[in-house]
Amino acid sequence: MTSADTISSETIDVSVWRGGAEGRYETFAVPLRQNQTILDVVTWIQRNADPTLSYRFACRVGMCGSCAMTVNGRPRWTCRTHVSKVVENGKVELGPLANLPVIKDLAADMTSFFEKWQKADGAFVPSKTRHDPIEEILPNTPARIEASAAIECINCGICFAACDTVRWQDEYLGPAALNRAWTLVNDERDAGKSDRLRAVAAAGGCHACHSHQSCEQHCPQKLNPTASIAGLKRLTMHAYLRGDL
Amino acid sequence: MSANDGLGAKTQLRAGTAYRRDWLWVAAFVHRLSGIGLAIFLPMHFLALGLAIEGEASLDGFLKWTQNPMVKIAEVGLVALLTLHLLGGIRVLLIENMTWQPGQKSMAIAAVAVSILVGLLLAVYLF
Repeated sequence: MTSADTISSETIDVSVWRGGAEGRYETFAVPLRQNQTILDVVTWIQRNADPTLSYRFACRVGMCGSCAMTVNGRPRWTCRTHVSKVVENGKVELGPLANLPVIKDLAADMTSFFEKWQKADGAFVPSKTRHDPIEEILPNTPARIEASAAIECINCGICFAACDTVRWQDEYLGPAALNRAWTLVNDERDAGKSDRLRAVAAAGGCHACHSHQSCEQHCPQKLNPTASIAGLKRLTMHAYLRGDL
Repeated sequence: MSANDGLGAKTQLRAGTAYRRDWLWVAAFVHRLSGIGLAIFLPMHFLALGLAIEGEASLDGFLKWTQNPMVKIAEVGLVALLTLHLLGGIRVLLIENMTWQPGQKSMAIAAVAVSILVGLLLAVYLF
């Protein structure tokens, strides 16, 4: 770090969750810099103050979805969250993602999040084999437009942590898994649509969503899982009326 | 720079529910609250109507009581809540049954504005 990187000799008070389900907030004084992200702050603490601090990150550029944490009460991707955007009175509070068990410090256990992707039949089911010619997919069909609008999910779990229905109902699949199911039911190459509609229409599926739109408000990729879930509600309702469910 | 000695007391992990300050969450919350308010009101409303069965005097006595300014203010609040619940319900029905429309926050704010306006119009009429 050069002196030009430093705004001043100022520091910010960073309160960090330490421990598992039980623990305490520990406060660190971290030097304030220009162009500093929350992930930079956490990394500074681990390298300069306490090497035992546990957290998760990989790409540092908003692609991998592994560094999400609770920042001042809101779930955020920390590698793309500037300190200047979230600091309140010189203070920042960091915790692991909500609605998931804590492994240690800032690392949440994502197992249930990904299990719910499986329960929502979130895996692509091929309708062709490698011996078939490659299918031409037009980008401007209504279904493909719906799928493309929802497909850039990075699995960060922020929507899951910002969802009250996840908080209230253990079996609820959550916005990300249902959003994934929506992209697949709109994918004309996929052969698993009827099973998938059955999976997302079951208890804990799309009909449990209260449309609070916290997932949309917080999604770092600017996706709208509430719209995807509303789409699943319509599709499952139509399937039920046709007698397919 | 080293860490300070800010080891806090053993405590609970804070819930991370700051999103409950967002407009659309508040819209959903007010929608439910207004629904509970109306659910409490309806049985009272039917009980009041039931007074007509008991006779003219008891119903007239009740109607006279409704001329009380506090009751009128409560009526204004009730009608505003009913409007809010109706508009909030229509918004949710549109979200869930029609193609997604952007600008949900504006629609929620418009629902609040219309409800307040309806309440004010009723207040002008009553007072």
